[in-house]
Amino acid sequence: MSEQATAIDRAPAPSGAAAARKVETVSWVLLALAIAGLPFFGSVYTLYMACLIGINVIATVGLNITVGYTGLLSVGHSAFLGVGAYVSALMWLHLDTPLALNIVGGAVAAFLVGIVFGLPALRIKGVYLAIATLAAQYMLYFVFQQWTPVTGGDRGLSLPKIDVFGLGDDGFYYVVAGVAFVTTLAARNLFRTRVGRSFIAVREKDYASEVLGINVVATKLVAFGLGAAYAGAAGALLAVFLRIVNPDQFTLQVSIFFLAAVVVGGRASILGSILGALFMTLMPEFLRFGLETAAGPGADLAGLLSPLREIIFGALIIGFLIFEPRGLVGLLRRAFGQVEEIDANSEH
Amino acid sequence: MSLFLEFSLVGLASGGIYVLAALSFVIVFKATNVFNFATGEMMMLGAYLFFFFDRQLGMGWAGGLVLALVAAALVAMLTERIVLRPLVGRPHIVLVMVTFGVASVFRGIAGLIWGPNNQQLTELLPRTPLFLGDVLIPGKLAWGFVAAGVVAALFIAYYRFSRAGTAIRATSTDQVTAESLGINIGFVFLLSWGLAGVLAATSGILAGSVNGVTPQLGLVALNVLAVVMLGGLTSVGGVVIGGLVIGWLETIVGAYLGAAWQSFIPYLVVLLVMFVRPTGLFGENRVQRI
Repeated sequence: MSEQATAIDRAPAPSGAAAARKVETVSWVLLALAIAGLPFFGSVYTLYMACLIGINVIATVGLNITVGYTGLLSVGHSAFLGVGAYVSALMWLHLDTPLALNIVGGAVAAFLVGIVFGLPALRIKGVYLAIATLAAQYMLYFVFQQWTPVTGGDRGLSLPKIDVFGLGDDGFYYVVAGVAFVTTLAARNLFRTRVGRSFIAVREKDYASEVLGINVVATKLVAFGLGAAYAGAAGALLAVFLRIVNPDQFTLQVSIFFLAAVVVGGRASILGSILGALFMTLMPEFLRFGLETAAGPGADLAGLLSPLREIIFGALIIGFLIFEPRGLVGLLRRAFGQVEEIDANSEH
Repeated sequence: MSLFLEFSLVGLASGGIYVLAALSFVIVFKATNVFNFATGEMMMLGAYLFFFFDRQLGMGWAGGLVLALVAAALVAMLTERIVLRPLVGRPHIVLVMVTFGVASVFRGIAGLIWGPNNQQLTELLPRTPLFLGDVLIPGKLAWGFVAAGVVAALFIAYYRFSRAGTAIRATSTDQVTAESLGINIGFVFLLSWGLAGVLAATSGILAGSVNGVTPQLGLVALNVLAVVMLGGLTSVGGVVIGGLVIGWLETIVGAYLGAAWQSFIPYLVVLLVMFVRPTGLFGENRVQRI
């Protein structure tokens, strides 16, 4: 709420908001420093998790653009990750293009595919569009799985190891961190531009924004495609990171994972996307660690872990939607004493 | 040709199970405007409850069936009361997202209690195949279709002619007016979720008695949404036809193109329908466009 409010209000900012702006700048700098310094004191495992978090942050920010800021429910986000992963992997394998180009290629491909599946938005809205994205999920999965000559079918594509800047794993970590940082910052600034504001306007009242001269259909398509493009970039990084691309990485459950990250972090908040992705990526690790500590060594927990994960996923979605619609960001703001009224009508 | 006829009949028969699940979905959507993505999980849970009462507690299939349906209704009503009631008045997108949470919790609970493997339910339906001329229909499918038909007919009759059914229909037409005319909206919400629970559980038990049940049954059952979109979100008659069409289509596609195409074709149909006629074949024109 306050993020949009400060963006939209042109009135002189009260001192509280100015302080908040300063806090925000400082936290971005601290974040950059923390990201840059991590390889110097992090273990291999930390670095691995950091890469995963970075990739998930990119994808979550993308989904938040579509779902949180523009109010278009997408339940097929992981399929767009898949498009990015396959396209970039194929570019690499067949054209031997550099990593930067592969990432861009994955993002562009996902953007285009996202636009195609966003087309139903021309005629329909709300839950109907959610079904269109569900269709995207199933149809793209089908293509990944069945177009064996290109995608390798169920076995997928294997990728060689990459060495960026001659730094080994650290090098790839910096790539992920860099892309995550730039895309996140870009998304944050997007909502200070005309295009970004029109996303929010369309979410609030689409017919009113049409009257105000916003091309609602184009705005929805761009918001949809942009969210998918973020997913595509994340997918391209995921392909390099895991060195394998197969259909089972891009199922409906993965889409629900990102939806949960958006809800838990905070809808229509970039900081929320970061927190949500962080929390949801680490949660299974904490869960595993907690269970292993509780059960002692040697216990077979594999059967427990995945159902418990699903229960916690679901409970987090339900709990945050009911009790803290602003997500972790809302909790954080309240902890720092920024009072805000939660108004169901202004919610999206 | 007779092979095609056979596949068609088998397909229509398997569509009967879809019809029940789709009815479960439609009644919730009509009465409460909630797009329930957890319908498939309610099917799955119903099948497991039957397994639990019948096999694990050893109550026999008749007692198990009754208790499973009652328990499924209770679970659905609790879901309404605990999860959806606090969200009344919140935007659509929130109501949809929360059903994903419910689905995930149900899946997790089933996985925790019954494990990931396929559990065989008591075979409620006779195996002996039916012959129509020289066309053979597997007995379970045929009788499953009959059972689904009976339940669907009972439900539709209740929905059309009973006082409670009228209240649900009034609420779905205009909540505010219904409330001001003395209809207890809270009761209608609870009732429609309870009915939805029973319908979904019946559908799940029928599906489970053919193929067994796993925690993933609910995800498979998302095809039901294709049915609903095809028939129109708000039309009870429409989903009956939609269910039969999707069941038929799946079987024909599976038989001639291979099983992998089965989960793909229904969604292709849905996308096409939405491009051409967003309200579905029989839906009310509730879709807003811009």
